[in-house]
Formats: sequence, C-alpha cells, structure tokens
Amino acid sequence: MGIIRASRLIYDYIRRDEEDHVDEVNRAIDDMTVDIREGDFVAILGHNGSGKSTFAKQVNGILLPTEGTVWISGMDTRDEDHIWDIRKTAGMVFQNPDNQIIGNVVEEDVGFGPENIGIPTEEIWRRVDESLEAVGMTAYRMKSPNKLSGGQKQRVAIAGVMAMKPECIILDEPTAMLDPNGRKEVIRTVRELNRLEGITVLLITHYMEEVIHADRVIVMDDGRIVMDGTPREVFSQVQELKSYRLDVPQVTELAYELKQAGVALPDGILTRAELMEHLLPIMKKSAGITTDGN
Amino acid sequence: MGIRAEHINYIYGQGTAFEQHALKDISFTIEDGQFVGLIGHTGSGKSTLIQHLNGLIKATDGAIYFNDENIYQDGYDMKALRSKVGLVFQYPEHQLFEVDVFSDVCFGPKNQKLAKEEVAERAREALQLVGLEERYWEQSPFELSGGQKRRVAIAGVLAMHPEVLILDEPTAGLDPRGRDEILEQISVLHREKRMTIILVSHSMEDIARYADRIIVMNQGGKIFDAPPKEVFAHYKELEQMGLAAPQITYIVHELKEHGIPIADDITTVAEARSAILQLLGMDSR
Repeated sequence: MGIIRASRLIYDYIRRDEEDHVDEVNRAIDDMTVDIREGDFVAILGHNGSGKSTFAKQVNGILLPTEGTVWISGMDTRDEDHIWDIRKTAGMVFQNPDNQIIGNVVEEDVGFGPENIGIPTEEIWRRVDESLEAVGMTAYRMKSPNKLSGGQKQRVAIAGVMAMKPECIILDEPTAMLDPNGRKEVIRTVRELNRLEGITVLLITHYMEEVIHADRVIVMDDGRIVMDGTPREVFSQVQELKSYRLDVPQVTELAYELKQAGVALPDGILTRAELMEHLLPIMKKSAGITTDGN
Repeated sequence: MGIRAEHINYIYGQGTAFEQHALKDISFTIEDGQFVGLIGHTGSGKSTLIQHLNGLIKATDGAIYFNDENIYQDGYDMKALRSKVGLVFQYPEHQLFEVDVFSDVCFGPKNQKLAKEEVAERAREALQLVGLEERYWEQSPFELSGGQKRRVAIAGVLAMHPEVLILDEPTAGLDPRGRDEILEQISVLHREKRMTIILVSHSMEDIARYADRIIVMNQGGKIFDAPPKEVFAHYKELEQMGLAAPQITYIVHELKEHGIPIADDITTVAEARSAILQLLGMDSR
C-alpha cells in the first residue's frame, strides 16, 4: 500500500449563481486511480487544465473529493480528525515563492510551521538547522528573504515544509517563475531530499528536462491518467506526448527524428550522454574515423 | 529609423547606500522590422533596459532616439512614445482589471482619445491578431486560462498600434502548447505586420528559433550583439554568465570534437537532423 493512494477519484469545480443554484460544473479530475510508493520520485506532466494541480491539492486536503477516496499514509482526506496529520505528512510548495514567504529573516520563516503546531522551542531550532542544511541554505539563515534570488526563495520555502517533518513533498510547478540557474538549484535540492532523506516527491512541472531523473512519470490529460511509466518508457512515445500538448527534451526529439529517418538508435534517449554513446559510433563509422585509433 | 541607444548608463539610488550601476554604457541600433532576442540572467539589467526604451525609466546618462528623435529633448511626447513602443511586462495578466475581455483591450486606445468606433475596431482587430476566439470576448478575463489571459494582455498593447513590441518573458509559466501559440502569434505580427519585436526570454531554444539577432546582457553591460549562430558559438562564455546555449548546440559541438565534420553553428532540431542525415548519406526529406 503506497503513501499516496487515490481510488476512482472525481473532482468537480462547481460554480453557483447568487441564489446558490449550480451554474456550471467543471470536471477537473475524472475517475483517477493511482498508488504512489513511499520513497519514489514521481513527476506529473500535463498541459494547463489537465487536472494535475487539482490532484496536488487533493493530496494534502486543500480540496476534497467529489466522489472516490484519497488516502495519505492510510488516512482518508475526508476524515476531519486527520486533516492536520495529513498536512504534516504531505507538505506543499507552490509556484510563486513570493506568496509563500512570511518571515522577515530566513530562519524565522522556516520555523513558522513547527511553531504554529506547538513544537517546543528547542526542537524548532533543531528542525530549522536541519532543514536549512538539507536545502543548502544555512549560510543565509540570518538574511532577509527579500534579498534572495527566486531559486533561493524556493529553497527556503522547501525548508519551511521540511521543518514540518513530512514524509512526502508535493511541488506544484516550483520552477515556473525561475531562471535556468534557479530551476537547476531547486531540482537538485528536491532530488537530494528524495535520495538522501528518503522523502517521497510529487513534482508537477511543464519542463520535461526536470523529470528525466524521476522514478516514475505520470501524464495527465482531461482529468485522467493517460501515460504512466519510467521516463524512458514515457519519452519514447514522442507522438503520443505531442498529442497531449506536451513536448520532449530536444535531445529526445532529435534522437526520435533520426530513428524515424532510419538511423539505428534505441527508443527513449533522454540525455546528451546517451545520444552520444549511440550516435557517435555510427557517425564515426560513416566518416571513416576509427574509434580506437584517435 | 527605429530605436537607437547611445551610451546609456543607469544608476539606481544614486548617492545612497543602495547605489547600484544597473546599466553600463549601452549602445545599439535596432532597425525597423528586426526580431531581437534579449537574454541575460536575473539581475543582468535587461528589464531595466527595456523600460528605458519607452521612457518609463530615464537614463542617468546617455540618449535614446526613437525614429531619429531624442526622447529626452524638451517637449517630447512621451505619451505618444509609449503607444508606439508597446511594452508587455512579465505576467501581464496580473494587470487585467476590466469586467470583460473586450473592455480590457479597449482601455489603451480609449486612453489615446480615439473615437468610440475606432476604439472598438482596434480591440476587435487586436483580439483577432492574438487568436482569441470571439466567444470569449464578453467573458470576464479572470475566467480564462493562463495562456488566454496573457493573449488578452498582449492584445491590450497591440490595440494601441505600436511600431515596436517589447515582450518581457511572454511565455513564462505557460505549458508547451501555450508557449508555442504565443510565440507563433508574435512571429506572425513580425512577418505580416512588419512589427519590430524585442523578446526577453530565458529559453535559448525559443530565441534560436525566432530571433535574427541576440543581445546578451551581463552585470549591466552588453556582452554580445550578433546573429544567434554567432552568439551561441560562445556557449562556454554564456555558461559562465549563468546562461546556456540550446541543447542542440552542445550535441553538435561534441560531435565536432570527436572529429565529425558537422557545421558547429547549428542551433535547432530540424537543422541538426538534416545535417546528421546528410553526413550519414541518408535521405533527409
């Protein structure tokens, strides 16, 4: 049994008029069943409106199912007695770092969560130390968050979630507002938390480059899961991904195009190194360069 | 004609403890009808620079000419400049405020004191240009998707009939399809309306595909100003500035380092595909 489970989950956004009559119903999640294993790094892809953010909000009980059930560590999200345990288990990081930071000093911001749930002071400071260390922001603990770059702010936001000692972190497009450096910083941090601390990660993103190291990739479209597999399995289906309005890393696309034209390359190439490993011998042979001689 | 910047310097908070030299001796000329990509990491000065071009920020030192007129001369019509040099900020959808899409787009031309019919005509035209279907025009802008909202915001600037359109990261936060749609529309404005485009972006892939010239900013200075292929050839220096070249550039250079006779100025998937197939003696159609 996984840490995050959903069974036949349906969620409708319901709009009502002034007299509280239902005006419009928008089905954002349509019969979704999924089981996420503890310790996995899972990426969810999908275009805007595919239902992925709605699903993220189901995981820590910001939204509750219209039909079906969501369990976090075996707790039903509709069980009001467990809502705080659920939010402690599954912490959430949002897109805009500026909307999530409240403290005047980094360490104060990170300590806000544990302080709010009545953790003893000494324990709060220990958690702040550990969390800042885990995201590599210890050097900035006395700084004002306003002076940080976007990537650094997002790492502080992640530290704030870590201080709650979650088993799972959900990140909803955490890099959408960052520049390429900030993006790398955040993804590296998240991967380390997953690898070193064993935190289950649910990463929602548009950037295909960020998911090639995931254990599992889930593609959503129209409120349903339409693809589910390892990055290699998912990215070998270039045409299918495009039909869901997604695209693939340039390296994967080039490999796919070459293969379509008859070059003997394997499916689902994800990195530059992999492409080189397979393409270079073919190119060398064709150019008459001997591999061992140079 | 076009925009000419001559030795622009800009210092934030001059004479205070927070003094910062944000732009250092920037000069360039952008001719009518060019498509310029402006790149640089966060804090490199690119956003400060584009705000100079329509007079929102006044240079501490130096001059800017629009259509050969110095915009800092006495009596220069700044208001007219701002409608001729349209600036689309980052996350422009945060600036939508009207009750429906159509009224929001009308706001700019209405402020230009145009006749009511002319205002409506321009709004219609602008919404068609950005490809927003008519069924959305009466809706509240806040009910639209992120990509649609952004198109409304861009239409609001287009309705003022700018000659130059400056966009600060117009695709940030959009999904791949939304991104491609916006960029295609910008490219159409450039091709068909002969509009001058200045595109600020972090995506080297996008810039490589659309721009015919790239200006690279770093620490307030202009580092490179050349066609994309020439700029991306400096990919090692770009990396030191916290930037990168398109993935394809790295692949091509790596092949070349291993003795494969491939042109090292390739920047797009399509170019790489046909060059590699040609080297392999395969049909590249």
